Amino acid sequence: MPKVTVDGVELEVPQGATVLQACELAGKEIPRFCYHERLSIAGNCRMCLVEVAPGPPKPQASCALPATDGQVIKTDSPMVKAAREGVMEFLLINHPLDCPICDQGGECDLQDQSVAYGRGASRFHEEKRAVTEKYMGPLIKTTMTRCIQCTRCVRFSEEVAGVDEIGALYRGENMQITTYLEKAAKHELSANVIDLCPVGALTSGPYAFEARPWELKKTLSIDVSDALGSNIRLDSRGREVLRILPRINDDVNEEWLSDKGRYMVDGLTRRRLDKPWLRRDGKLVAATWDEAFAAVAKINPGSSVAVVAGDMVDCETMFAAKALAGALGSTQLEGRQTGLDYDCSSLAAVNFNSGFAGIEEADALLIVGSHVRWEAAVLNARLRKVAKKGGKVFLIGPEWETTFPATFLGTDLSVLGNLPKEAADTFAKAERPALIMGGAALGKGALDACLAFAAANRLVKDGWNGFNVLHMAAARMGGLMLGYAQKGGIADLVAAKPKMLISLGADEVDYTRFADSMIVYIGHHGDKGAHAADVILPAAAFSEKPGAYVNTEGRVQFADKAVFAPGDAREDWTILRAMADALGVTVGFDSFDQLRAAMIAAVPALGREGLAEYGALPKGKAGISGSIEAYPIKDFYLTNAIARASETMQRCSAELLHGETFAEAAE
Amino acid sequence: MADRHLEADTPELRARWGGFSFAPAWEAKAKTAIAKYPDGRQRSAVMALLDFAQRQVGEETGTQGWLPIPVMEYVAKYLDMPIIRVVEVASFYTMYNLVPVGKFHVQVCGTTPCMLRGSDDILAACKKRGMHKGHTTDDGMWTLTEVECMGNCSSAPMVQINDGNYEDLTVDRFDAVLDALAAGQTPKEGTQDPARHTVEPVGALSTLQAMVSENHDYRGEW
Repeated sequence: MPKVTVDGVELEVPQGATVLQACELAGKEIPRFCYHERLSIAGNCRMCLVEVAPGPPKPQASCALPATDGQVIKTDSPMVKAAREGVMEFLLINHPLDCPICDQGGECDLQDQSVAYGRGASRFHEEKRAVTEKYMGPLIKTTMTRCIQCTRCVRFSEEVAGVDEIGALYRGENMQITTYLEKAAKHELSANVIDLCPVGALTSGPYAFEARPWELKKTLSIDVSDALGSNIRLDSRGREVLRILPRINDDVNEEWLSDKGRYMVDGLTRRRLDKPWLRRDGKLVAATWDEAFAAVAKINPGSSVAVVAGDMVDCETMFAAKALAGALGSTQLEGRQTGLDYDCSSLAAVNFNSGFAGIEEADALLIVGSHVRWEAAVLNARLRKVAKKGGKVFLIGPEWETTFPATFLGTDLSVLGNLPKEAADTFAKAERPALIMGGAALGKGALDACLAFAAANRLVKDGWNGFNVLHMAAARMGGLMLGYAQKGGIADLVAAKPKMLISLGADEVDYTRFADSMIVYIGHHGDKGAHAADVILPAAAFSEKPGAYVNTEGRVQFADKAVFAPGDAREDWTILRAMADALGVTVGFDSFDQLRAAMIAAVPALGREGLAEYGALPKGKAGISGSIEAYPIKDFYLTNAIARASETMQRCSAELLHGETFAEAAE
Repeated sequence: MADRHLEADTPELRARWGGFSFAPAWEAKAKTAIAKYPDGRQRSAVMALLDFAQRQVGEETGTQGWLPIPVMEYVAKYLDMPIIRVVEVASFYTMYNLVPVGKFHVQVCGTTPCMLRGSDDILAACKKRGMHKGHTTDDGMWTLTEVECMGNCSSAPMVQINDGNYEDLTVDRFDAVLDALAAGQTPKEGTQDPARHTVEPVGALSTLQAMVSENHDYRGEW
């Protein structure tokens, strides 16, 4: 533990810390552009200069200098001040003064730091350098003249995303950041370079010229585009959410967010259900709420009710629907829309037990039937860390382009009981072996075999649980905790032939199997579910209601409400509460607070933020045949109703996955 | 250098160079270069391989050679490394030509010692022959580039033409070299000063005179 002195204050810093980190520990702000906690050290912006003794009598780049015992660091000496002013002046030589038309304005590192550490005026009278625009795909808007060559984007795509596609060409003053031959950045985390860019060189394409940061109301929320529960911030103005940004949570998403979670935001204002609709003579016609509830009352299902929950609903909505069904005398609840029927008697068996942060510690990893890049893009960055640390990764399933060294063991599931030699040796030697099973494996009934694999390969030991199930729906774990699982899956609901099927934004269900049921769709988008519905009750999207979500590692997280639902749409729970009146039953809550309290009383784990406890892992039964022919997700950008309504996501799908070309709009 | 750019990725370029692969002689050199580095570090050989590829292209086109995009892609694949990393290297070092060059790539040093010794005159002589910086003459013979120090300051001014250095130039001597090259001859490389063998002093010694016949310790005289 080296002892250093920062501006006269002596403190101990951890072994291996840099001078910059030591200064931060001492509470000193060190300006920087190229340094980023989650990226390798580049040391090329020179903004973090400090005075260090012993050492050469000149300013030193603190980000790349190890802190050693007895160092005396000065961050406020005249030399440091002059050095910072000098570096800032050099950086601004070629940086255009176009802040008024730059989207980064107001949240720009260069702007802030030039105010704090710059000279305030330029002595540069020569011509500035200009750089031609580079195309980086539909999400990233570039203005490369603004680039200060910090190379954060280059390091991100190489180190975190694992897709080497951005590079710095040419040299010196002519250095330019670009993708190879200006092809679009093609990976699921590409838009994170926008957050990383300290200046306005890489800005958000779909959000271009929409708003200034200081106009936006910031609401803390949870991403519902996959089951990771990435922590996000909704930036809204008036009644519209304008953009989604990741929040830092080292346990969940670090500070990354998948492109889908970030850019499906424009889907929140398109194809919305903003008034009730009723099916009359086979056609949907607009109605009032009174007419809609009268229609619900007319169904008069008695106890012949079933509820199917969609992938993006919050726990409160599911609990309210459960309460309504319960009041009517039914327990037919299901959330696994596509017909999965794995055993849910122990939630530990269907949980991501290692945790996202924990999985990084694995030294041998078997992925069974999961296209992780598409099913959990942010988690894929963690798996890359496993491989970078020397962990061996094996996969069972059709091949996909991994971003880390990995070995595919074929598609045959029987490999689970009979690993090839290399994999078997790796697992035999592994200290912390782990397994991740995805939706494709669950669909093939491989849960028992995977549990048996866990027992055979000592996946669970003191302080380590390597058995993981990776879900794809934000509502899945919450739904399972609330009992949205029948023994036979959704087939049980079909067999029960309910008179009324309440669909909570369920868009992936095959509704032809419910031809005899009256389908009441409570959802927010005019998507597949609404097309099949007999009564449509417009509800709120995730951004328009508070709610609890449980991610695939069993982490309970709460989201806040950013804006109001459009038109006549209401928060889901109020609709279910009103339906109870229409159907003449009581559900026991009149306000959201009462609803949440009732939910927590029923399932206490949902009241505590953090990981829920699911008990010990059950034993499995070895022996499985069959093979994984395909993954459930066919199109990463269009997996849910909001994304399908989003023009940005449609364009990403067309351009990045289906190879269509789009002409650039003339400016 | 501001003019450096990648040759456009056109179907014609793909048709011409898409099938590029190392000829056996260059392949052997490439294997040797890769073998200098530990297993798994084969990409360290990227600079050598780019040079070999450029020289092979040179042999095929009768010039110093250059690096078309398909050739860089071939090198990237050969070394199992991302293509953007290869392009970064190729675009950084000015001795990799990113666009086609003429039969003779005239690289005039314009750094201070050469400039003081008259490199401006050399450039003017080039211009007189129809060469422009960064361009190839219409007959495909000459490409002119101004380069930074080539390390021949003691025999400045100098010009590097393809792989040969021509030093101690005056406009006349330079013209003679170019005329000889254009006529298909092989002019003598190195210094063009008849009074000089290599970079020894011209005329009588002016320094280190005590060292001519035996070693002499000057330190006591400092």
